[in-house]
Amino acid sequence: MATLWVGSRKGLFRYDRSGSGWLSAGPPAFLAEPVSAFLDDPRDGALYISLYHGHFGCKLHRSDDRGQTWVELPTPAYPKSDAPDAPALEFIWCFAAGGADEPGVIWAGTLPGGLFKSTDRGQTWLLNEALWNVPGRDRWFGAGYDHPGVHSICVDPRDSRHLVIAVSIGGVWITRDGGASWVIGGYGLRNEYMPPDQAQTPELQDAHLIAACTADPDRIWCQHHNGIFVSDDGGVNWRESLNVKPSNFGFAVAPHPTDRDRAWFAPAKKDEYRVPVDGRLVVTETRDGGVTFESLSNGLPQGDAYDVIYRHALVMDGTGQRLAMGSTTGGLWVSEDQGATWLLLSAHLPPIACLTFAP
Amino acid sequence: MAKVRFTSHLVRHRPAPTIEAEGATVAEVLAAGLAGDDLLRSYVLDEQGRLRKHVTIYVDGAVIADKLRLSDPVAPQSEIYVLQALSGG
Repeated sequence: MATLWVGSRKGLFRYDRSGSGWLSAGPPAFLAEPVSAFLDDPRDGALYISLYHGHFGCKLHRSDDRGQTWVELPTPAYPKSDAPDAPALEFIWCFAAGGADEPGVIWAGTLPGGLFKSTDRGQTWLLNEALWNVPGRDRWFGAGYDHPGVHSICVDPRDSRHLVIAVSIGGVWITRDGGASWVIGGYGLRNEYMPPDQAQTPELQDAHLIAACTADPDRIWCQHHNGIFVSDDGGVNWRESLNVKPSNFGFAVAPHPTDRDRAWFAPAKKDEYRVPVDGRLVVTETRDGGVTFESLSNGLPQGDAYDVIYRHALVMDGTGQRLAMGSTTGGLWVSEDQGATWLLLSAHLPPIACLTFAP
Repeated sequence: MAKVRFTSHLVRHRPAPTIEAEGATVAEVLAAGLAGDDLLRSYVLDEQGRLRKHVTIYVDGAVIADKLRLSDPVAPQSEIYVLQALSGG
């Protein structure tokens, strides 16, 4: 049986696939609470969920029984300061499990612009000060939010001390010593929203999401604010995919876990619109490392569609066969054949922030 | 001792019975009353000790003036209400 977790504006939904197809498991956990991030830890089966209450702030919960019960945990917290504008946690944007050799290690990317580490399954958290104080950090700025945020954390399965992260807006950063020191990557990324002489500045790049091929972690894909980019050296250098139709704008990318040259994207009309091109919702796939792209639309709405796919809402499972996609207007689709055909599971969910296949 | 009552919206997420605590200011009463319950405290204050942007506090029928340091005075018989601000809905 396969399971798909759906983090939405109104709680955490679960869909299970049995012999008769995909079925909703019923009302959501945390009904009415906005979900900002979710993790199904492949090492021990623990679930982590981050909520952002409209009134009461960001909250963190863990389940050790696959979602039957939850325990609330302290959230990551910024160092105490008496400054009136001292940073405080706005929300957790992403989680990542540490390596197989690091049981209990969880990473969290946050707004404002933080990377936190827990070594005890979320009971306590420590801000990564090396990144928080990295030279050039004062050039980061918010994109869609008041402050910059860390939304992508790639932990190298070959070396748990090697992380590649991305910040909107703050570029791509790399550590090879578990976070003790950081160097910037992102050379070759290009933005159009800055003055021309700043277009290539690494610290000013808005990678909407980066995601690595599991079997070849040096191959990293980037859906950037200004296009699609590919790296073959773990995020240091990038090349741009050109002539991507119907659009090179979007938020999400789902790499194939073993075929380094395949990845799927959810395009939208570029940034001042952020809706499907011509009202037709499609997924684009490349099979040749980002040189050419094919539009996949079988089963997706091909008129009057205004679904936008957020950065954590297009995912592939570990087998490399199954995709899932969730939209801002509550559409949820699954493909069992690598995107060739799509099955609508619901058109009436709350806005979807993040999807996760159970490992 | 002052009494602190919490909105039912908060009680939906955390156990938050009415508490009694001593203090000359809202900050002192909350610090005493929420000592030992960091999770409940986090629903009212951020990690810097500031009142959350979309939470509001009334003391004896009047909204507090100092939302940064919570220095509004509290009398021994004061009633403090911790409410959700509608701005956060």
